[in-house]
Amino acid sequence: MTEISMTVNGKAARASVPDNTLLVDFLREHLRLTGTHVGCDTSQCGACIVHMDGRAVKSCTMLAASAEGAEVTTIEGLANGALHPMQTAFKENHGLQCGFCTPGMIMSATDMVARYKAAGKELTEEAIRHELEGNICRCTGYHNIVRAIQDGAAKMVAG
Amino acid sequence: MTEQGIGARVLRKEDKRFITGKGRYTDDIRNERQAYAAFVRSPHAHAKVTAIDSAEAEKMDGVIAVLTGKQLTEDGIGNLICGWAVNSRDGSPMNMGAWSALATDKVRYVGDAVALVVAETQAVARTAAETVVVDYDELPAVVHPADALEDGAPQVHENAPGNLIFDWGLGDEAAVDKALEGASHVTEMKIVNNRLSPNPMEPRSAIAAYDEAEDHYTLYTTSQNPHLARLVLSAFYQVAPEHKLRVIAPDVGGGFGSKIYIYPEEIACLWASMKTKRSVKWTANRSEAFLTDAHGRDHVSTARIGFDADNRIVGFKVDTIANLGAYMSLFSSAVPTYLYATLLSGQYDIANIYCNVRTVYTNTAPVDAYRGAGRPEACFLLERIMETAARELDVDPAELRRANFIREFPHQTPVIMAYDAGDFAGNLDQALEAADYKGFPARKADAAKRGKLRGIGLSSYIEACGIAPSAAVGSLGAGVGLWESAEVRVNPVGTIEVLTGSHSHGQGHETTFAQVVAERFGLPVDNIQIVHGDTDKVQFGMGTYGSRSGPVGLSAIVKALDKVEAKVKKIAAHVLEVSEDDLVVENGEVKVAGTDRSMAWHEVGLAAYTAHNLPAGMEPGLKEGAFYDPENFTFPAGTYVCEVEVDPDTGETEIVQFVASDDFGTIINPMIVEGQVHGGIAQGVGQAMLENVVYDEDGQLLSASYMDYTMPRADDVPSFAIHHHSTKSPSNPLGIKGCGEAGAIGTPPAVINAITDAIGNNDLQMPATAPRVWAALQAAASSKIAAE
Repeated sequence: MTEISMTVNGKAARASVPDNTLLVDFLREHLRLTGTHVGCDTSQCGACIVHMDGRAVKSCTMLAASAEGAEVTTIEGLANGALHPMQTAFKENHGLQCGFCTPGMIMSATDMVARYKAAGKELTEEAIRHELEGNICRCTGYHNIVRAIQDGAAKMVAG
Repeated sequence: MTEQGIGARVLRKEDKRFITGKGRYTDDIRNERQAYAAFVRSPHAHAKVTAIDSAEAEKMDGVIAVLTGKQLTEDGIGNLICGWAVNSRDGSPMNMGAWSALATDKVRYVGDAVALVVAETQAVARTAAETVVVDYDELPAVVHPADALEDGAPQVHENAPGNLIFDWGLGDEAAVDKALEGASHVTEMKIVNNRLSPNPMEPRSAIAAYDEAEDHYTLYTTSQNPHLARLVLSAFYQVAPEHKLRVIAPDVGGGFGSKIYIYPEEIACLWASMKTKRSVKWTANRSEAFLTDAHGRDHVSTARIGFDADNRIVGFKVDTIANLGAYMSLFSSAVPTYLYATLLSGQYDIANIYCNVRTVYTNTAPVDAYRGAGRPEACFLLERIMETAARELDVDPAELRRANFIREFPHQTPVIMAYDAGDFAGNLDQALEAADYKGFPARKADAAKRGKLRGIGLSSYIEACGIAPSAAVGSLGAGVGLWESAEVRVNPVGTIEVLTGSHSHGQGHETTFAQVVAERFGLPVDNIQIVHGDTDKVQFGMGTYGSRSGPVGLSAIVKALDKVEAKVKKIAAHVLEVSEDDLVVENGEVKVAGTDRSMAWHEVGLAAYTAHNLPAGMEPGLKEGAFYDPENFTFPAGTYVCEVEVDPDTGETEIVQFVASDDFGTIINPMIVEGQVHGGIAQGVGQAMLENVVYDEDGQLLSASYMDYTMPRADDVPSFAIHHHSTKSPSNPLGIKGCGEAGAIGTPPAVINAITDAIGNNDLQMPATAPRVWAALQAAASSKIAAE
């Protein structure tokens, strides 16, 4: 067993977990934050993406112990009360259908917008499609996800 | 149209929970004292099971039980069945082999379950499952459909000699042969329809909880049709009687057909819950999903189509071998027969069609309906051979299609279907215009300057949806009726609950269905709640597949709304002391036409429940139910245009334009319908260019992860141009045809027609990966040199 402690969505989280506990299992099973999903077992689908210290990570591919001391944000903690502009954009652009990949998509999208802004680069449609390499959606054909991210990026700048 | 009624782009009511991480999928649920199951699965494609030693697993800390097929059989749990009886041409019944939820004497595909371990945690269950020692005597395996019929092929089931399940035919073979003999041109092709894995992003999951005190079971499961699951689990598998089994399909993360069926895991978890007196939960990992979710397609066909001197089709003959895998899944027999051969007339007036289908067992995962189910296979065959014929006849593929279109409705095809409405030329024209078909030669020349090979391809698809008229499918062998049911409850305050047997797993029913009610009574969608997915709440239902939620599910709701409206008018007429005929319901009021007198909607609701002043003899309350059985299938149709550019040095292919013109009849929410088409096209592009389930010769699945099975990613597909040109379906009250499967049906031939046009070699099978396209380019170049 390993003692772990981190901040999840602004709250302190501590637990004693088996050494091999994945971060996603810690979030889902210990903290019952079930918005973070598991869609594959090879780090391909991105349904499990959360932010760790402001960076998008695949929570199925790291041990909970590796997040020791980190600030973790999940889909549940992305906004305080009201919706995050990217969440609003996904709704307004019909960027989701079954909703299973959606939390990972949104976490990936907000990370991508932040990185491009920091680098002073334009987030074009081509760039969005390339950046989504690690997120698989089976429902939308990505068309409206791309629109949502373009709109969400604009909303984040405006907001 | 009202602001939130039929035709409005209403944003989805269900989105808030999904975008905030508050969706409630099966794996998100955890019961008290939750136990976890893991399955011991066969690593061999074909083997005799000689012994199972679970002693070590049983000794592990946290293991509650190890259960085997022998115990399952002793407890009287029934075999899994196929629910659609299809006879061979000679009248003999299909050869259905036994399928136990846990294999007893023999395993027939890699992933076949032989035992399950129930433990305190998922980790312990999975670890313990690995310690169960199963002794296998390996047998030779057969994988490919054509190989299964070869003399001496390994026998998958004893009661299916030669691995033949049935040898079925549809149409008049002699008439087709005669027509082809007299044809002035015959095009012949061999076509493989590649095997696919549906891959909803949410893996299958089940939580079974047995309540000993009540002798009652609750099953949470990832199902597209919870009532059908309950019916089959009760009637055929004898897991529990229907009134003692509640099935809940909460938020379900995509289905695409793969979550229609009842799988061994649900049966085993229910039974294990009773055995252990614990709530038992199982969630597939992605490898298990690849191994055990029902696959789709996997046909090998030869087809011959004949034309007269005016390029009119005179006959079409198809011979197909369809792989059903190791066991017959729930609707497996219907997919390559009544959902396939019945669509071989496409959009064309063809007097003579004959199709022979031989279905076979192999040592692979069961094959059943996947988005489109039979119709993509028919469409691919017909639209590939039409394009090929046009090239051979040296006519414009669009014009060859146009010359053969059906133009008058109703139209009876020679393969069962009676098309009721459509404007095929209208969709073709819209698609060609939107794609600037005339401008293609200039674009091709421009691409050539950039060193790219540009090609264009068409596909004019039709599908039969709104599945299905119960008596008709019953006469064709279906074991169930395919109606739908609804109940509309108007509460005393005027808010409305609609209970529907349709199930939403991404389709947006909570919004679309509410829009129909909003339109009818002029109420805001926020006052309307759609309830689905729970057999304890919803009266009954046949679920969601075959693009049936709109044409069938909504029709049941409309029937119930008719009854509600009739009662509302009776109550209001009584209270207002006017004739019912003078009343109209609009804008949330029951109005006396031509006057300013009215009752507010909620006042009618209150009157119905207080029952202080109702017409004599009227029962209190305002709740009506309806069952709707469709009169006919519906026939969504359209034309897709795909344009590609191929890099001749690498075979890399980019879709540079994709245009769809669809006829879905009445559209409730264009935003949601377009989303359905986008997703269907992406799956069609996946089949055409990326996806392939591959077993090696020993039956080992080589494509069992997202590292090996190529799912379409965002940079594999373009943005799509979606257009509508609609004719209403005359067969249901709203005129809806359905939109869920069109993209997956119409897309693959458009893509392959475009690529083969670009590379100048028609010999290209799906998926058209870069290496395959490159090889086809080299072959074309070689044959050109040889010819010179």
